[in-house]
Amino acid sequence: MTILRYAIYRLFTMLVTLWIVSILIFVIINLPPGDYLSNQIAELRSTGQTAAVDQAEFLRREYSLDQPLWRQYLIWAGFAPGPNGFSGLLQGDFGWSFEFDKPVSEIVGGALWLTVLVNLAAVIFVYLVALPLGVLAAARSRTWVDYTSAFVGYLGLATPNFLLALILFYYGNRYLGLPIGGLMDPAFEGQPMSFEKMKSILLHLIVPTFVIGTSGAAAMMQRLRANMLDELSKPYVETARAKGMSPSRMLTKYPLRVAFNPFVADIGNLLPAMVSGSVLVSVVLGLQTIGPALLAALKSQDQFLAAFVLMFVALLTLIGTMISDVLLMLLDPRIRYEGRET
Amino acid sequence: MTPILSVDDLTIGFGGAEPVVSDVAFELAQGQTLALVGESGSGKTLICRTVLRILPKAARIRSGRILLRGRDGETDLVRLSERRMRDVRGDRIAMIFQEPMRSLSPLHRIGNQVIEALRLHRPVSKAQATDAALRTFERVGFPDPERAFRAYPFEMSGGMRQRAMIAMAMITKPEILIADEPTTALDVTTQAQVLGLIKELQAETGTAVIFVTHDLGVVANMADQVVVLNRGRVMEAGPARAVLTAPAHGYTQKLFAAAPSIPAAAAPVAPPPGRDLILEIRSVSKTYRVRGNAGWRSETLVHACRGVDLEVPRGKTLAIVGESGSGKTTAARIALGAEKPDPGGAVIFRDAKGTEIPVHAMSRSERTAFQRKAQMVFQDPYSSLSPRMRVIDALTEPLEIHEIGDREARRERAAEMLAMVGLKREMLFRYPHAFSGGQRQRLSIARALTLDPELLVCDEPTSALDVSVQEQILSLLEDIRDRAGLSYLFISHDLAVVARIADEVAVMRGGLVVEQAPPRTLFHDPRHPYTRALIAAQPVPDIDRPIDLNLVAQGAGAPDTWPEMFRFGQDAMPGLMELEPGHKVRCHA
Repeated sequence: MTILRYAIYRLFTMLVTLWIVSILIFVIINLPPGDYLSNQIAELRSTGQTAAVDQAEFLRREYSLDQPLWRQYLIWAGFAPGPNGFSGLLQGDFGWSFEFDKPVSEIVGGALWLTVLVNLAAVIFVYLVALPLGVLAAARSRTWVDYTSAFVGYLGLATPNFLLALILFYYGNRYLGLPIGGLMDPAFEGQPMSFEKMKSILLHLIVPTFVIGTSGAAAMMQRLRANMLDELSKPYVETARAKGMSPSRMLTKYPLRVAFNPFVADIGNLLPAMVSGSVLVSVVLGLQTIGPALLAALKSQDQFLAAFVLMFVALLTLIGTMISDVLLMLLDPRIRYEGRET
Repeated sequence: MTPILSVDDLTIGFGGAEPVVSDVAFELAQGQTLALVGESGSGKTLICRTVLRILPKAARIRSGRILLRGRDGETDLVRLSERRMRDVRGDRIAMIFQEPMRSLSPLHRIGNQVIEALRLHRPVSKAQATDAALRTFERVGFPDPERAFRAYPFEMSGGMRQRAMIAMAMITKPEILIADEPTTALDVTTQAQVLGLIKELQAETGTAVIFVTHDLGVVANMADQVVVLNRGRVMEAGPARAVLTAPAHGYTQKLFAAAPSIPAAAAPVAPPPGRDLILEIRSVSKTYRVRGNAGWRSETLVHACRGVDLEVPRGKTLAIVGESGSGKTTAARIALGAEKPDPGGAVIFRDAKGTEIPVHAMSRSERTAFQRKAQMVFQDPYSSLSPRMRVIDALTEPLEIHEIGDREARRERAAEMLAMVGLKREMLFRYPHAFSGGQRQRLSIARALTLDPELLVCDEPTSALDVSVQEQILSLLEDIRDRAGLSYLFISHDLAVVARIADEVAVMRGGLVVEQAPPRTLFHDPRHPYTRALIAAQPVPDIDRPIDLNLVAQGAGAPDTWPEMFRFGQDAMPGLMELEPGHKVRCHA
């Protein structure tokens, strides 16, 4: 019951945060003077193409770029009616990309899900690698196990991602026959989902997951190790030993359980770091995620596209923190029952 | 009778350094209690961990044997394989630890942690284990065993957690129970009850107990045999009566001399004549709003202090005594202006010239003057001194803040203060880590004195210290009070400490002063059931004056279980009646 109330409360705060974020994003994107269309109109005027100028002027009116900024925001978010009635984010209309001359939803449509997929795979990779290694490093602290895992971890942290990507592509392709670049075989692009397509995507995911996840895993492993070492010196661990528990069982039942909390709380921090970190990697690896689209949009002041991508990243982050908060609540009775009548 | 456990020639060291425990030997007989007594650093904790072989990684057993004779013959625990040792731990030898708050996992239910101890060693089903746990819970005094079984540790009070620890240790019916300062972290009334419980369980099950403690009072109440340790060596050993009535070794005698105690019987004294008050606390209440950590929880009110009226006469010591949560520290914080009382309360400070300062409505200049004249000494000398400041910097800092004197004068003053608290001038340039606990507390006192205050608020200044050091600090405080004409507001949970230093004692419980009198009157004729429980629960290092658990039980419960005359609830409470001049008790007329 408490959980449900908490989840609803968190959902509400998340929506409020998202609303504030949307204002910030809109303002920041509009900080540089001019916009895509006014730049274009000025250019067309100077070359004397008046017909095209008319079309651009029409687009300007169509997307309310001639309105004051606050009205633009309300129309974009869907709080106020534009020239074509209510049609904004709230109504599911993400706007028009001037750069690609297509609706934003068409450009990012498929990329959205691939972005989620790539980052989800990377997060899972981070947890799968960091959990056993972190615990092992703590349990065998100051032995070769600890030092080796720390060394590998620091290598992972210190190597630039794009370099790691190139190296892995080369050797992966040479010795394991892994595909290079992209997230699926070009033959499947635009095709409906099928078993073959799925297989192709999974194969293509291996290297990007590794590249995006390594530094996160290394950092996470060190954090888990430090948390575990802290917990290992606590008296309740001694109690467990005095009961006659075997070391491995004691380790997983008590200190790991406590050290797990910060681990879970990290989901919220991990997601945005990965999404923004993976932008560059996606460009290098030629992944069809929203990363490259964001880069292009920011460069050409393609405001609706950029705003949408940023909103999406913000949403991912907020969902991540919300999930970790609710999970923490489930995992930690101290949070759940604080203030319960005793 | 052959002893169940004998320790021979035990020597333990860290790395290559000098051994910290050398040539320790003792024997534990079936069903008896052996007390390991010593101050911090005496090696007593290390020895009892060696019996279970749960030493810190760096510690090595250099020599010795620990022979366990029991159900299946004789085993040398020092040479037992780690795998077989696990069968001994928790099954044949169980242990309870000092801090019940931290010795239970915060994330697992009490029941889970208790039945685990049983299921590790016995082939029982979960249902059988649960049954056994519930029976044990009932035995250790949980009013509602089912509820305790489902509860998490943080939902329980310290005493209840320690009961849960005892249940966890006793559920396997071990042959030996090791108790490492099991009551040190508890309030004195709770301590009395837990000690009583351990004794009862021992009588029932015939378990032998190794009781580690620094408190001779506890020893007198619990032990059959005593081993006195100092710096890892046995100073004196023998039957409790012999050691306690006629300590032979000099160190034991020193420990006895230092142990504070409540005078056995004292004559009441006349109340002091007309008063020159330095501090007046007038009907101070403090209510905290405890909000859930987020907006989705409703808030609750906690009454930390309720209508507290106290007066500190100039040159005298007023002590506030109470258990944790009684509101004594809140009262002290309000007295120093660190916190604002609820509307209606006031604190008035009068300096030597008779100027009145309302502590919670001070102007800027009044505040500066007040801060110079009222200083505080804190409980924990380890965390109240900055590890990165040299002694001289810590001592001259208050002078710098108040812009008193030049560099030379400040230095001179710092050196003078050091001399006053019995430290040497050369120590000015050392860092706090180079000092022992007692020396650090002297530094804290020196720092509080540099501004030449008139009032010193001492918040449990001795409770983190060893007994012999505690004695020195109390002497120092008395000496300084008389030399510098200081007045003290002294906060403590320890009646014995207060008995010695205070001119007047206020006993607090649940935010209220329940009884107030000069210490001699209070100990001679305590009227309030809670005061009586406090006095009765105080362990005295005299084997013929055991704790009277009946008296403790009558007064230690919640205020609504007290006799009709003293009972109070959340809202309605009786007033403070003056029974005889200078002796006030909260009761219905």
